[in-house]
Amino acid sequence: MPNMAPKKVPMPEQDPNIRNKNFKEVAEGYTPEMAIEEAKRCLNCKHKPCVNGCPVNVRIPEFIAQVAEGNFADAYKIITSTNALPAVCGRVCPQEHQCEGKCVRGIKGEPVAIGRLERFVADWYIENGTEKAEKPKSNGHKVAVIGAGPAGLSCAGSLAQKGFDVTIFEAFHTAGGVLVYGIPEFRLPKSIVAKEIDKLKDMGVKIMTNMVMGKVLSIDELMDDMGFEAVFIGSGAGLPSFMGIEGEALVGVYSANEYLTRINLMKAYKEGYDTPIDRCKNIAVVGGGNVAMDAARCAKRMGAENVYIVYRRSMEELPARAEEVHHAKEEGIIFKLLTNPVRILPDENGRVRAMECIEMKLGEPDASGRRRPVEIAGSNFELPVDSVVMSIGTSPNPLLRTTTPGLEANKRGCLVADDKMHTTREGVFAGGDAVTGAATVILAMGAGKTAADSIEEYILNK
Amino acid sequence: MFKIIKKKQLNSAVTLMEIEAPYIAKKAKAGQFIIFRVDEHGERIPLTIADSDAERGTVTIIYQAVGRSTIMLSQMNEGDSILDFVGPLGTATHLDGYKKVCVVGGGVGNAIAYPSAKALFNNGAEVDVIAGFRSKDIVILEDEFKAVCSHLYITTDDGTYGEKGFVTNKLQSLIDAGNQYDLVIAIGPIPMMKFVSKVTEPYGIKTLVSLNPIMIDGTGMCGGCRVTVGGEIKFACVDGPDFDGHQVDYDELMKRNSFYKEREHCDVDTCRMLNAKPE
Repeated sequence: MPNMAPKKVPMPEQDPNIRNKNFKEVAEGYTPEMAIEEAKRCLNCKHKPCVNGCPVNVRIPEFIAQVAEGNFADAYKIITSTNALPAVCGRVCPQEHQCEGKCVRGIKGEPVAIGRLERFVADWYIENGTEKAEKPKSNGHKVAVIGAGPAGLSCAGSLAQKGFDVTIFEAFHTAGGVLVYGIPEFRLPKSIVAKEIDKLKDMGVKIMTNMVMGKVLSIDELMDDMGFEAVFIGSGAGLPSFMGIEGEALVGVYSANEYLTRINLMKAYKEGYDTPIDRCKNIAVVGGGNVAMDAARCAKRMGAENVYIVYRRSMEELPARAEEVHHAKEEGIIFKLLTNPVRILPDENGRVRAMECIEMKLGEPDASGRRRPVEIAGSNFELPVDSVVMSIGTSPNPLLRTTTPGLEANKRGCLVADDKMHTTREGVFAGGDAVTGAATVILAMGAGKTAADSIEEYILNK
Repeated sequence: MFKIIKKKQLNSAVTLMEIEAPYIAKKAKAGQFIIFRVDEHGERIPLTIADSDAERGTVTIIYQAVGRSTIMLSQMNEGDSILDFVGPLGTATHLDGYKKVCVVGGGVGNAIAYPSAKALFNNGAEVDVIAGFRSKDIVILEDEFKAVCSHLYITTDDGTYGEKGFVTNKLQSLIDAGNQYDLVIAIGPIPMMKFVSKVTEPYGIKTLVSLNPIMIDGTGMCGGCRVTVGGEIKFACVDGPDFDGHQVDYDELMKRNSFYKEREHCDVDTCRMLNAKPE
């Protein structure tokens, strides 16, 4: 008999007023008992709507059935047959729009906590799993993957499973992409990411860090001189946008990329690391996405007294996940909605003193279908802040496309790729944010997996 | 890991190192830079490439120990390895098609000016070099410069070696003496580059400066290295590090570079021009 409780088994969490002073994980994870209880809420529907909601088609009811029986190792095998990074996905996927959004239990009450169960299984395996990932038999074909973020890691994992000899080239000194430089420790512990990457290495994937492709090696060199038969580009969307307003070059204005990279990748929050960061008192984070929430919550943990999210539309249009907004509010982040920056004002030393803002109201819907924010004339006011983090979006880095003849991009700088992830260059595939512009971890992983299938087809039919 | 093949003390504060980095050595061009990190706890620090040898697979860096990371680096020896070394980053200096060039270096900036002088000289340009230092005991690269230029003029602030005075005085006198430069390259402390650009501006001599703002990744990803050039925001790591010296907002750059100065507990700008009035 399934567990017919209308609500998910609650997730244990650190108290908001304690966690907003540390970088330990906010959500502490299910115990085996909690996981079994929650797994029993799954009705094991025949038509499996949840699986269609997952970009990498995790066999959800099957793994949950194993969890309900307490067979966690079997559950793990089922998940990893289609998903290379379950401990990551269980934490950062927007499940409410994907698997859980399609769950039949969600019609009356809350859906099954698929994300929490995936995380539980992955964490359980990291703690208790005994088998080392197997190195599949090599098929002798070499593939290069550019970028060790979600798209590249997922592509590399799928290719390695198929027996390809895969080398990942990563520009930073650590593999993981946005999982290590962007998403903070308290949402995704870096030790978890490292363990997922170690599994790929066990499968035979080679990772070369400190390699800025397009500068140190070109795609032509990879294919012509180094024997790679195909290349997958998963270089993400790392180029930060600024607003173009007065005062953005003042001392104390960061892009979200810089702010988060200093804290996460370069570990400015940790004792013993040399990375400097401004310990600000009052900070405005401009933007309303998940990245903005991450930056704001980091700032609070770094000791800021007042942390503002400045967003030009209202709560309803806020693009961040509901859970992130909820956590941010609990932690004391102040939401300045329907507010837009006009300029940033300096003190006598060229440091940020305040941000001049203007109040907005919502007008008619624009092309995106959302109501367009319109300035309310004369409503300007000064928000006293000593730091500003611009978190208004990113676009793909032009380094590769400008050094690779025949690689086409669209007007927004995104690489052109067909539905099988083939770019305009023979043998070169691309996926994730480099193609779509900034999106989610799981969409990038889905693209990497699709590309791996296409690369297999391409090389074996050559 | 990247092995230190050679270490040479050029003066009491300036060190030359050859690092084994074969992929970078194959591609490095004058004007480009690398980013290094000594160990897991260190910062990522950009340094301009002073020289490279594709056959030996080495990249030469010359740096002044001014902050925590460069001090840590100078405590390492031949045979030791550093954790990270990435490059070549930035856009190479465009050095083709010039007939007569004056390369102006200030202090340790001479190390960055040297590869440009060398490349220009090898391209067949007539190269004058003005190498400025505070004092005789910190003069570097004299023999190296002599091999790649028509005239080497050394200036010292205190007159203990070469001519007494600033590089700007020498540049002005060379221009006054009728030298017609079609390019001036100025590399050194920010005030020096600012004042060299002021000297050349009235004559309309194209002037390139190499900027060294604070950055993390060096690939356009953090935006920390943004500089205002001709009223527009540029990322020094990918759009530069070379820019039109007449267009750069030096005062803003100086403020941005002082961001973490208090933390470093040391005076990064050693340029005496800070206290001097331009003539």
